Amino acid sequence: MSNSRFTRRGLLKSGTLAGVGLAMPTIFTSRANAFTNDPTGGTVTLGFNVPQTGAYADEGADELRAFELAVEHLNGGGDGGMLSTFSSKALQGNGILGKKVQFVTGDTQTKSDAARASAQSMIQKDGAIMISGGSSSGVAVAVQGLCQEAGVIFMAGLTHSNDTTGKDRKANGFRHFFNAYMSAAALAPVLKGLYGSDRAAYHLTADYTWGWTQEESIAAATEAIGWSTINKVRTPLGLGDYSSYIAPVLNSGADVLILNHYGGDMVNSLTNAVQFGIRDRQANGKNFEIVVPLYSELMARGAGQNIKGIPGSQNWDWKLQDDGTKAFVKSFGTKFGFPPSQAAQTCYAQTLLYADAVTRAGTFNPCGVVEALEGFEFDGLGNGKTLYRAEDHQCFKDVIVVRGKENPENEFDLVEIVEVTPVGQVTYAPDHPMFAGGALGACNPGA
Amino acid sequence: MLGLNRKDAILLLIVAVLALFAPFILNPFPVDSALAQFNAGYPDLMQRFVIFGIFAIGFNILFGLTGYLSFGHAAFLGVGSYSAVWMFKLLSMNVLPALVFSVVIAGLFALVIGYVSLRRSGIYFSILTLAFAQMSFNLAYSVLTPITNGETGLQLALTDPRILDSAQVGGSLPVTSLFGAEMRSAMTLDLAGWSFTFSVGYYLCAIIMLIAFYLSVRLFRSPFGLMLRAIKSNQQRLNYTGLESRPYTLAAFVISGMYAGLAGGLLASMDPLAGADRMQWTASGEVVLMTILGGAGTLIGPVLGAGFIKYFENIFSKINESILHQWFAFLPDGVQDFIVMILYPFIGKGWSLTLGIMFMLVVIFLPGGLVEGGQRIARLFRRTKTTDGDVVSTKTKPAE
Repeated sequence: MSNSRFTRRGLLKSGTLAGVGLAMPTIFTSRANAFTNDPTGGTVTLGFNVPQTGAYADEGADELRAFELAVEHLNGGGDGGMLSTFSSKALQGNGILGKKVQFVTGDTQTKSDAARASAQSMIQKDGAIMISGGSSSGVAVAVQGLCQEAGVIFMAGLTHSNDTTGKDRKANGFRHFFNAYMSAAALAPVLKGLYGSDRAAYHLTADYTWGWTQEESIAAATEAIGWSTINKVRTPLGLGDYSSYIAPVLNSGADVLILNHYGGDMVNSLTNAVQFGIRDRQANGKNFEIVVPLYSELMARGAGQNIKGIPGSQNWDWKLQDDGTKAFVKSFGTKFGFPPSQAAQTCYAQTLLYADAVTRAGTFNPCGVVEALEGFEFDGLGNGKTLYRAEDHQCFKDVIVVRGKENPENEFDLVEIVEVTPVGQVTYAPDHPMFAGGALGACNPGA
Repeated sequence: MLGLNRKDAILLLIVAVLALFAPFILNPFPVDSALAQFNAGYPDLMQRFVIFGIFAIGFNILFGLTGYLSFGHAAFLGVGSYSAVWMFKLLSMNVLPALVFSVVIAGLFALVIGYVSLRRSGIYFSILTLAFAQMSFNLAYSVLTPITNGETGLQLALTDPRILDSAQVGGSLPVTSLFGAEMRSAMTLDLAGWSFTFSVGYYLCAIIMLIAFYLSVRLFRSPFGLMLRAIKSNQQRLNYTGLESRPYTLAAFVISGMYAGLAGGLLASMDPLAGADRMQWTASGEVVLMTILGGAGTLIGPVLGAGFIKYFENIFSKINESILHQWFAFLPDGVQDFIVMILYPFIGKGWSLTLGIMFMLVVIFLPGGLVEGGQRIARLFRRTKTTDGDVVSTKTKPAE
């Protein structure tokens, strides 16, 4: 079968080949740059990494629209959107530091592996200097880690887990979106007002990192207003039918059902719960209620009729009445024909914040950008006065508590704003136990 | 050469040349041209080509030789990755112990799963492996979160012990290396508009892939390989001759699991993160697709298939609408929009659709995969050259 004959000639041949192969890389010298992907020409490339396939494809598509709009505005196109309302006036609509902004896009598939591969290709192949986007916390944490290692800036898109700026915080990563702790802190007083302080809650939780941090946050906040927690049940991700999880809720002694689900999972579990007639039932002499802590317009659309009257929290809503929101909704609506989602708003704001930080720093060097963003206070991006806290790179701003509208006027008018919780109420210490265990480390400019 | 016959030696040589010159071959277009979109010669993707090549080579040892279709091979890939990252966290940033550990752990894991699954053959075997892999995925995703860090994936942290690397670099995460040669360090060669990147990580992967490929060639040509082929052609007959075939299939299963573990360990060495979705059933399905697309049972087929799929996943998915508009900018507006509208569903987010169509075409028209396509083209040329009399065997040789 095998013919093991080592001839002198064969050995020489293969030896030479191996030698040439090994010597190959030493001929070239590495390019010396101050930092990764220093833009040298007249353009600068940003990488927008969003889920284009899979469960969060809708959010991803909306994020991409927002990025496209932001780039257009940065390059001086369109009506300028929030550039005119943004409190920092560094951006002139002539690109970033005079360089025209280009962008590349990629598909995260909502998988950390695919997301990192896609981000890698943007950094290594397209020379992207900043990566943004994402619609799930797992992906955000993974890509944030990669950007830290590669030495580029990561401006997180929609990611709600405490971990992103908690135990997995990184010096090169920044989050504008709010988190589970803030949701809970904003929701609890409203829930108390709506349903009283003597309630028993039953949690159904998506069985992964985000679900757990949200469950932990909400349980802590509701217990602080006097509610008791009857049970916390973990449900597998991507389940089509939640009936077997809903049935035990009915006679558990609980009178509030809290659904720590997101996206399609939330649509399914809520639909199941409503079909079981939970909302028409009484328990402990009170009406049975359902709470969905993290809300989005896209989910509300999916849940349809079932969402009516159900409270939850949002990072932003297009029906807010400040100038920034109005300007953004107007230019988004003019370009695409419908109002933006909160995912779109956070991505748009992040792109502007990055461009502004570069301009103020006067350099694309990630370390300069980090310095410019840390402790940066701004206004006019739709969330009121906001602070980018230096200790954990998390934005602190008002949180909106919403509920499903009883009589929506059209398919985009599904939620009504119950309360805008002021920022002071949702602020926490950087070393809060739910966020402890992480360290920013030093900023990494790569190269 | 190296105990191979002439044909195999040439094949190995071709693979070696392709692997070593990949940075040139995969970057055929100048950086500033419109076609640069199709360049694939950047370190991360090249590493993926060869790593998934290793994965597919290993899968082919099981599927191509014994005919046992495992639908759960991604579990070993994932186990390999987790083992490697744990070695980085606990021991040292040197990739060598990580790779050894990931191969060993994946091998043990394969031994356990193989021991149970191989009691059945055919579809039942596939279902069993699928069930085990899905079980591993769910465990990694939630139950075993202390070990796997769940959905977020296992990453390095500043606080990791790393007992062998005493001197901690202040403030930033350490990088994986092989005795000081950092995996991510790269050199760039600029040649009149072209730009070629040579990275240490890629060359390490390529050399390991060549060794893996060489071992698989030896295995294919060995008496053991012949026994595996006998199992594929008729296991019952083999049993009737008094031969116990289970140890052979189990050995093949474990070897192929170790290959997968090596691939997983390499993935983690190039990019120290291990995510649960590496173990998902779609990932297991992907390696089946790679092997069939390239040509099951052939030596080079799985490598080609792996490259093909990874190319689509990474290059096609990045072509977006505005790039299409740029390409067709020379056309009048109406026509341009029309062409973009027709093409758009097949690129960008539609990359998997295109891949699916390609897969169907290959399976229907080239049952032997890309290798059969290559053979047909080669035969076409050979026939035209020797039209006068020289009888060329036109009968299809069984793919090997």
